[in-house]
Amino acid sequence: MRPFRYERPGDPDAAIALLASEPQARFLGGGTNLVDLMRLGVEAPPLLVDVSRLGGDAITEAPGGGLRIAAGVTNSRLAADTRVRERYPVLSEALLNGASGQLRNLATVGGNLLQRTRCPYFQDISKACNKRSPGSGCSARTGDHRNHAVLGHSEQCVATHPSDMAVALTALEATVETRADGGERALPIADFYRLPGEHPERDTVLEHGELITAVRLPPLPAAASSRYRKVRERRSFAFALVSVAAVLTVSDGVVDEVRLAFGGVAHAPWRARVTEDRLRGAPAEEAAFTAAVEAELARAEPLRDNAYKLPMLQRVATQTLLDLAGGS
Amino acid sequence: MSAAATGAVGTALTRIEARAKVTGEARYAYEHTPPDAAYAVIVQASIAKGAIRQFRAAHALAVPGVHHVIWAGNAPQLGEEAGGELAVLQSRRVAYRGQVVAIVVADSLPTARHAAGLVEIDYEAESHDVVLREDHPRLYKPEKVNPTYETDTSQGDVDAGLASAVVSVDATYRTPAEHNNPMEPHASVAIWDGDDVTVHDSNQGATTHQGSIARAFGLDTERVHVISEHVGGGFGSKGTPRPTVIAAVMAAKVAGRPVKLAATRQQMFDITGYRTPTIQRLRLGADGDGRLTAVSHEVYEQTSTLEEFAEQTATATRKMYATPNLHTAHRLVALDVPTPSWMRAPGECPGMYALESAMDELAVACGIDPVGLRILNEPSVDPETGKPFTSRSLVECLRVGAARFGWHERDPMPGIRRDGPWLWGTGVAASTYPARRRQSQAIARVEGDGHYRVMIAAADIGTGARTALTQVAADALGVASAGVTVEIGDSDLPPAMLAGGSMGLTSWGSAVVGACERLRELIADGIPEDGAQAHYDTESDVKNEEPLPAHSFGAQFMEVRVNADSGEVQVVRGLGVFAAGRIINPLTARSQFLGGMTMGIGMALHEESILDVPYGDYLNHDLAQYHIPACADIEHLEAEWIDERDDRINPLGAKGIGEIGIVGTAAAVGSAVHHATGVRIRALPIVPSRVLEALGGRT
Repeated sequence: MRPFRYERPGDPDAAIALLASEPQARFLGGGTNLVDLMRLGVEAPPLLVDVSRLGGDAITEAPGGGLRIAAGVTNSRLAADTRVRERYPVLSEALLNGASGQLRNLATVGGNLLQRTRCPYFQDISKACNKRSPGSGCSARTGDHRNHAVLGHSEQCVATHPSDMAVALTALEATVETRADGGERALPIADFYRLPGEHPERDTVLEHGELITAVRLPPLPAAASSRYRKVRERRSFAFALVSVAAVLTVSDGVVDEVRLAFGGVAHAPWRARVTEDRLRGAPAEEAAFTAAVEAELARAEPLRDNAYKLPMLQRVATQTLLDLAGGS
Repeated sequence: MSAAATGAVGTALTRIEARAKVTGEARYAYEHTPPDAAYAVIVQASIAKGAIRQFRAAHALAVPGVHHVIWAGNAPQLGEEAGGELAVLQSRRVAYRGQVVAIVVADSLPTARHAAGLVEIDYEAESHDVVLREDHPRLYKPEKVNPTYETDTSQGDVDAGLASAVVSVDATYRTPAEHNNPMEPHASVAIWDGDDVTVHDSNQGATTHQGSIARAFGLDTERVHVISEHVGGGFGSKGTPRPTVIAAVMAAKVAGRPVKLAATRQQMFDITGYRTPTIQRLRLGADGDGRLTAVSHEVYEQTSTLEEFAEQTATATRKMYATPNLHTAHRLVALDVPTPSWMRAPGECPGMYALESAMDELAVACGIDPVGLRILNEPSVDPETGKPFTSRSLVECLRVGAARFGWHERDPMPGIRRDGPWLWGTGVAASTYPARRRQSQAIARVEGDGHYRVMIAAADIGTGARTALTQVAADALGVASAGVTVEIGDSDLPPAMLAGGSMGLTSWGSAVVGACERLRELIADGIPEDGAQAHYDTESDVKNEEPLPAHSFGAQFMEVRVNADSGEVQVVRGLGVFAAGRIINPLTARSQFLGGMTMGIGMALHEESILDVPYGDYLNHDLAQYHIPACADIEHLEAEWIDERDDRINPLGAKGIGEIGIVGTAAAVGSAVHHATGVRIRALPIVPSRVLEALGGRT
């Protein structure tokens, strides 16, 4: 570990200014990922700006409906919030399927959004990785990639995004509120994350010095009928092989509202828009669900050793939709 | 003289050091910080085979607080006996990726770690070969398998036995490399004083480590003092010294001050040992009634180019079932990998996974209940030697377990119990482990006020050995447990066997009973009580004992649910019934059985060190990626034992319990997965991708 400076400014503007002063500086939330990466030598920021105590730890009713979740809210608190559990159960379930209780007590919403891939090559500085060291090559393409992407990957990178929470937020069409020197902006989560393309080192569209201040959940009555299904190798605690965040309402046997996002399969949470478009107005039955998910996965490009993810996701997504259809 | 009936043995005495451990008062090796201690960090090879061409330490040495960078070019020469993995920094050759190539010594740990990253090494890399295959051209037959078993055995004519079989099974099973991962890493604090060195070390045997360190540094044994009062697990990986302790002692010698060194979790996947991957071909033949006509067990496994480690994978097969035709064989290949080492039930654990899985396949093929098939083939004598076992209660374990588990209600038809996407099934497997002991010495002393002290260089690696030995001593002395203090974990104490091979308690207990009984004789003879002491060495007892087949046995029953959509497998219920001689402490014994079974469930479902073929090392080198069961993964797991006291093997009548719990578990889980799904998965671990692949289009 290299020596670094630690600052805990009193307000967001001071934090943003501090970060902007140092190109390699990092904001620090709960530290559950960043501190690990520093121990591994993957991150070596000369300056850490602790934003975990900037007062942003409230969950409030947003004007016009929905909820505004301050960036410093811990994963545990968010998962336990009664409004979240009643109005957006998919989010609560996603959080509770992520990490362990100890980690959730520390991890913040802002930090969870920005956690880095758990690709083993990214985490080992003795091996090539374009995400960690652009231009060095992708070891996972030829090495072990059982847990890697099947959708939207590039020659440069086949990593997946590790967050469960972000998959639920993608299905819910959340908005990420940020603040920077130049002002504030609100990014739909679909625009927040990026696919690797030629620049796998960039997970999101955030600029250096741009601070996540909150996540806004839109009013979405249908989300009361939602769930998160995660498949993992160890039940208690593991990253997703595949996961599904689904919102579904049915009227008279016909799909009314549907939102679907997949985790564990791409560089970012994967919004299944093809499936959604096919299902709106379609009969809420297994054959329709199966065909609609199949259409989404038609563009998948599995690697040598991870094609298992396609039937796994196909069946689990279909079953999740069926469960929701049966319950609504 | 007969032991007084204080009844200490057999009671559920709680751990003597429990309070010290939970309050943090108990100090583990790395928690010792002598004044002026420096910190050492290991630098590892980034190629899998080749040699160091150029080594530049200038940048590392330029960091303030960094004092030494030791490598093959400047390391002290070790004694000739520091061979293989322990020849730390004695050559510029690299035998595997992750091997120790330098040690950085600094005033603080962060400084040492930082500087370790600044060491620049150019290598002459050669192409590496790290993949075990059953058709590898360099497979060879080792002279012996660990420790001194015959490599191959053959009785009768297996080919004829198979040819005459009505039903036969020919199946190949694969187990991956697995890493021990005790919670406490390998850690050493080395303090030189002239030609004497003291090492606070996390290990499974102070005596063993004292001898190895002395030989490595060319010292007389008594110059080395190893202290290992509390140890946070080992599972075999701390049985014999690893490069870490040699590195610490070397660094302290070079630095001229005390040095602390601990392996990181990642380094524990490179330099502290692991279980070899295995490929095992099992061929079983049976007549129309299910009686075995032939058993053939061929094993392929790996070692390193540094030294030979020949895991005794097929040896349990020589002991299990009656058959006129029995063949076992081991073949090794030396790859550019770290040397495999001891991991809980080395040999028996992977070997019984294959044998017991094949027995389940045979039961299905014969249409015979798998419990019944095992009882049908129960031998009357040891199949290998023809001698009777000192005691063998496998059939009773199977019967008791079957009754307790509700086995008789089982429908053998696979793939028919379904609840939504979940398929349910149950499986059974037998367990066995040798019951042995090795030479140990102990001293028992009267301390005054009726208190006794017993001293032996035993090791408590979290097993409860200190507590159990206290009970053994109390009974032998005829006093209550509270009247005895047992001192262990220090090479200054009477030399003792290490905690390994399930031989700890039987070896130490024999010496403790001997010393305590002698002390009572002295007291009875009228020696003044205060200060009286007696010494006992089991050397002649152990040397003169008749070599009899002595084994523990057990039966494991597992129930799983398998999700046909996702391939997820969950163990919902498990029961192990064991016959392991006299149980000294039911509380700590139960923990050993359950811990072994839990580790077996991990082997079945999770544990796999993934070989990174292009780079040549193990990829998933931390506990976020290398999965083991957490408490939340275990639903209902029970361990029971049947009354068995085997007085022919040692004065305790005990057989050792550290390892049998893991033997057979994975086979029971795998057979349960077959019973649930109707598909047989012959490679561990049974992860969702493998299940889906096996199920194919079936849902």
